[in-house]
Amino acid sequence: MITFWILAPLMVVAALGLIFARKAVHAALCLAVVMISLAVLYAAQDATFLFAVQIIVYTGAIMMLFLFVLMLVGVESRESVVEVIKGQRLASAIVGLAFALLLTLGIGQAVSTSVVGLDVANQYGNVYGIAELLFSDYVVAFQFTAALMIVAVLGAMVLAHKEILIVPKTQKVRSEERIRDFAEQGKHPGVGATPGVYARHNAVDMPALLPDGTPLEDSVSAVIRNRQQSLPTRGRHDVADTLSQIEDPDLDSTSAPQIGVDQGSDEQEDA
Amino acid sequence: MTEYITLSLILFSIGAVGVLVRRNAIIVFMCVELMLNSTNLAFVSFARQHGNLDGQAAAFFVMVVAAAEVVIGLAIIVSIYRTRRSTSVDEANLLQA
Amino acid sequence: MLLDQSWLLIAIPLAGAALLLTWGKESDKFGHLIATAASAASFLLGTFYFIQLLGRDAGDRSVDSTLGTWFQAGSYQVDFTFTFDTLSSMFVLLITGVGTLIHIYSIGYMEHDPRRRRFFAYLNLFVAAMLTLVLAGDYVVLFLGWEGVGLASYLLIGFWQHKESAAQAGTKAFIINRVGDVGMMLALMTMFAFFGTTSIAAVNQNIGSVSTGVATGLGLFLLLGACAKSAQFPLQAWLLDAMEGPTPVSALIHAATMVTAGVYLVVRSHYIFDASPVARNVVIAVGLITLLAGAWIGCTKDDIKKALAGSTMSQIGYMMLAAGLGPAGYAFAIFHLLTHGFFKANMFLGAGSVMHGMNDDVDMRHYGALSKAMPITFFTFAAGYLAILGFPGTSGFFSKDKIIEAALAHNVWVGIGALIGAGVTAFYMTRMMLMTFWGEKRWRENVEPHESPHVMTTSLIVLAALSLFAGLVSLGGWIEEWLEPATGPLAHPEPPLPIWVITTIVLITVAAGVVLAWFTYGTRPIADEAPADEDVSFFTRAGRAELYGNQLNDIIAVKPVGWLTRTLTWADDKVVDGAVRGVAGGFGELAQILRTWQTGFVRSYALAILGGAVFVVLALLVVTLG
Repeated sequence: MITFWILAPLMVVAALGLIFARKAVHAALCLAVVMISLAVLYAAQDATFLFAVQIIVYTGAIMMLFLFVLMLVGVESRESVVEVIKGQRLASAIVGLAFALLLTLGIGQAVSTSVVGLDVANQYGNVYGIAELLFSDYVVAFQFTAALMIVAVLGAMVLAHKEILIVPKTQKVRSEERIRDFAEQGKHPGVGATPGVYARHNAVDMPALLPDGTPLEDSVSAVIRNRQQSLPTRGRHDVADTLSQIEDPDLDSTSAPQIGVDQGSDEQEDA
Repeated sequence: MTEYITLSLILFSIGAVGVLVRRNAIIVFMCVELMLNSTNLAFVSFARQHGNLDGQAAAFFVMVVAAAEVVIGLAIIVSIYRTRRSTSVDEANLLQA
Repeated sequence: MLLDQSWLLIAIPLAGAALLLTWGKESDKFGHLIATAASAASFLLGTFYFIQLLGRDAGDRSVDSTLGTWFQAGSYQVDFTFTFDTLSSMFVLLITGVGTLIHIYSIGYMEHDPRRRRFFAYLNLFVAAMLTLVLAGDYVVLFLGWEGVGLASYLLIGFWQHKESAAQAGTKAFIINRVGDVGMMLALMTMFAFFGTTSIAAVNQNIGSVSTGVATGLGLFLLLGACAKSAQFPLQAWLLDAMEGPTPVSALIHAATMVTAGVYLVVRSHYIFDASPVARNVVIAVGLITLLAGAWIGCTKDDIKKALAGSTMSQIGYMMLAAGLGPAGYAFAIFHLLTHGFFKANMFLGAGSVMHGMNDDVDMRHYGALSKAMPITFFTFAAGYLAILGFPGTSGFFSKDKIIEAALAHNVWVGIGALIGAGVTAFYMTRMMLMTFWGEKRWRENVEPHESPHVMTTSLIVLAALSLFAGLVSLGGWIEEWLEPATGPLAHPEPPLPIWVITTIVLITVAAGVVLAWFTYGTRPIADEAPADEDVSFFTRAGRAELYGNQLNDIIAVKPVGWLTRTLTWADDKVVDGAVRGVAGGFGELAQILRTWQTGFVRSYALAILGGAVFVVLALLVVTLG
């Protein structure tokens, strides 16, 4: 009883929050509160199996599905306060109140205070009791609901299916295009180099070096290049030193461009 | 016992009013879920009153069907959103005379 | 061929008509001969039957011939029974005899008409229908013949369809006759209501079982029918217009036979009239009024046919008068009917002969001095003239005098009225003779009067002979005795004066009329054109307007019916159709109002659903807790 009297007002407030919340996500959260409270109430009424199922299926799956779609559809949309249909709010309030009153008056009378309790039904455990019912008395309904689930899944697939209007390019097509561009326009067919990341210099404005030591301007982001923030290579890398290690007589150290070789300091550059 | 039933009825009415008042299709759907949940509560309460588990079995089935319904309903809302870029139920008023 | 096959008399002309109408154009060359042969065959058969009837005893002179049952409804049955008795024998001879003569005359008269075959078919149809009328043993069969002659009259009056006036005259005749037919139908219904049968014999036998009031009613209904058919007041307006038809038609139908059907009806139903003095008095009144009215009109008409039509109206008035006198007059009515048939047909055919020679001109002001140009026509016409005057020895003398005697015996004033009528008759007939055959020539340009061909003059001669000598049948009271089985015992009331005195007075009156006419028309030259309406006396103007009969009909019948029809059409359109359209319009309006509920908003619909749910729960609560 204590459970009930704590949770019931909470649930009512949450339900009211559901219908009055302006942001959709707030409404979803209010509903989640209601559902969890319901699960607790089920547990309080000796429906342990349903308590678990309510949390797992309803709150866990269905509410999450709601939230997913909310995110998809427009989580920022706020509902306007102005009501378009004349008199709808007033009429809804009146009718809703009348409905609640009538139902309470009517169905409230149908309830007797003598409660049998589920001790006998639950004597082998609640799960056992429900399983016994499901697989004997309600087995046909059970099978049909299973079929229903499959149909629902199929329906969702069909409904959410998107028609492809523009066929995306396959890898083959893309690679052919790349090679053709290279042949006709000299565009680089491969993956571009990343900006220079060396043991000592690790910066996006430092160009990568080709094997012969020349810096590759294209490896630096075009934005930085346009802002003229890309620095020419300031590494102490010695072109001649590199070339000598290759031992290629054709390569001439004099033909390599001398790009501001810094002979001076060992100090690390601010990279 | 009566308290549970009363609570269920109040939740049901709140859900019904919510369907009438809210304009976002997803929130209307959530109000419908609230109504279904309130009936589940009633079923469970009656199961306890009568002393057999038929009510709980019924509540179980309601949950299953509600799950299937949510799947399809949300798929529909998504496909409507894709074409109309809006989830307001007021905009689907082509059946006016 | 025995008497109990008297239906053959009708069948032969009817077959002739059917044959000519269905054979088509092929029979145009010889159709008229077939028709004339059919009419002549009927006449020979009729004569044969007549001779057979003569050979029987007085009480045995009525033979029925039944063809079968026409229809049966419960206990009411109508058979095709034809009764050949003394009364119908006279009529059969008149109809077929004069009819055959007119057929022969028409061969010449209608020679140049392209639709001659059709004309003869209609003539045969008329003969068949008229015979049905006079031979019928049941009032319904009589009514069949009644309608048949009406149809034939309509077809023949409007025979020259291309003339607007002829078509309208035919329609006018038919419509006025319809009014009379209502009277006939009411009489039939009354008979059925009170006697359960309409057989003539049965009605006559059982007339004593109903009250005088019923008999009066029956008599007046029958009189209404007779007035229309015989062109008596107040339904006389059609007869003068009927002269639009070809002259043989005027002679046969509107002089000798159809117009006398009314008199036949009254005499055949004499048991009914015997039972009701009121009806008889009405008949006498109608006859007297028409007698004088017809004579009045005849004095003022310049159209030779219309003058003769007025004369016919007047003479039938005499017959009606005689029929209204009861047992004292039935036989004389029939006798005068027969003699009138002869001399009036004679004069009409003579007028046709005159018109034939004067290029179909009917205006007597264009005639004059034709006695030298058309001698045979003149002599035969003169024979008819003497007969209608009542010149001693002619048939008219015997028949008309008897009527005047009987009238004087009944009531002095009625007798004096009949006497005055005789005088006026003499006046206008002499006027006609003076304007047509004597006096100066007033012929138009290019008119060369010549005698008619033999085929026409033969009939004229035969009829002239009959006009002069047919009176012999009344010698020794033969005709009265002959008709007694059909008309009942003859009464001989005493006239106030001795018979020879009355005869003399009649002759003096007639002579006065002749002399007056001679002074008015014989001594002074006759104007070429008729004097305008303003220059003549009231009597002439009223006579020319046919005693304002058409205007009266217009006010009493035509205008109210037209107003009623227009009102009904208006009511049908605005009220009835308006209601129907209004219902449709109302539904349309309702739909427009209900349309506003379909807003298209899902939430409004949801609200409605919830409201409905509230209502249902409320109802459930009331039912279970209440």
